[in-house]
Amino acid sequence: MCLGVPGKITEVREDGGIRMGTVDFGGIKRKACLAYCPEADVGDYVVVHVGFAISVVDEEEAARTYELLAEMGALEGIDPPQGNA
Amino acid sequence: MKFVDEYRDGRIAKDLLRSIAKITTRPWTLMEVCGGQTHTLIREGIDQLLPPEITLVHGPGCPVCVTPLALIDEAIEIARRPDVILCSFGDMLRVPGSSDDLFRARAEGADVRVVYSPLDALDVAAENPDKTVVFFAVGFETTAPANAMAVKQAKASGLENFVLLVAHVLVPPAMTAILVSPGNRVQGFLAPGHVCTVMGWVDYESIASGFHVPIVVTGFEPVDLLEGIRMTVLQLEEGRAEVENQYVRSVRREGNVPAQQVMVEVFESCDRAWRGIGVIPGSGLRLREGYRTFDAETRFPGVEVAVRESELCIAGIVLQGRARPDECPAFGEECTPEHPLGAPMVSSEGACAAYYLAGRKRVAKRG
Repeated sequence: MCLGVPGKITEVREDGGIRMGTVDFGGIKRKACLAYCPEADVGDYVVVHVGFAISVVDEEEAARTYELLAEMGALEGIDPPQGNA
Repeated sequence: MKFVDEYRDGRIAKDLLRSIAKITTRPWTLMEVCGGQTHTLIREGIDQLLPPEITLVHGPGCPVCVTPLALIDEAIEIARRPDVILCSFGDMLRVPGSSDDLFRARAEGADVRVVYSPLDALDVAAENPDKTVVFFAVGFETTAPANAMAVKQAKASGLENFVLLVAHVLVPPAMTAILVSPGNRVQGFLAPGHVCTVMGWVDYESIASGFHVPIVVTGFEPVDLLEGIRMTVLQLEEGRAEVENQYVRSVRREGNVPAQQVMVEVFESCDRAWRGIGVIPGSGLRLREGYRTFDAETRFPGVEVAVRESELCIAGIVLQGRARPDECPAFGEECTPEHPLGAPMVSSEGACAAYYLAGRKRVAKRG
């Protein structure tokens, strides 16, 4: 139930006094409440849970840690996997 | 999908597995609290790829599983009222009550609707002014702010036919209850990434230092989980017990402050019974005084239920990490997702369902 899916905001609007938006999840678009991410704007990635954005994805931090992970094999002196890869 | 696919990279996963094997020198038992994480770990077979010294036990982070039987029976009774529409997340419908489930109630004519968001339930209430719409508010801290917003909106717009049947539970008191339980084997925790997205991790720091147990806030994809396991094992090997954050792309130490503010405005903490476990002090949420008229139990007082649990089901000890689902005598025999004896066999976050769906077989109980 704590499922949260990252998606990209494509539209922001006011709906009955609440900040709402449209979020694109890999081609599937859904309505999401943006009240808890007031700083989120069109183009930002947000993690959405039961129709509510609960965080703006920190893209810089994500890129930095991902690079660290991708380089980990080399950093730790681990042999690359054998095979065709 | 961006921020999903790259965390399913097989090469990085293999590197992480090798790194974990390299740093592990002694046996360690880790618990992932969240049932969503359990499903990924078992589906991907990560528990079987780890070094044999590392044991993963599965935590109580399945809200549907820990919702007390009496409350499920109550929901079924309320749903059967002709003046009620009961809205719920889909997982709840097949959870066995004492003699029925919500699916059966619906088949017999009750108006039970599956919603994706509590705001959808609010729309149902606006469209059906002659009915009372009861939303079964199940979930952890991740879900509580969404349900709080629905109640706040109902109050603001004078929507008096919308009420919550509240079954909210909180993670830190449950972790403490596990650590103080006599049979506890957990030496390190993977903390739930989305609960911490909302709440931050300040509350976890006193648990880490007080019980000298490492806690790593962890995401949900295979690479996230392997990195979380690696960080936890590294702390254990080095004798550290800190809170660390693996899920940096979503979680900040202070959490989501606007979400916490609405949650605290609408809900207050209370003692709550967890199915199969018992009452854990301060482990639940209930509506505050100013929102009590939106409480289904205030609107429909005195719903009588006679609670009866399955005698075979060992869900309570599975939820505390003291037995694995495949150690249950009923696993895959009397108890399957089609004919569940307990909630963990039903829910998309239940540990028993995770084992069953991954094709795991029943094993003899370890000595």
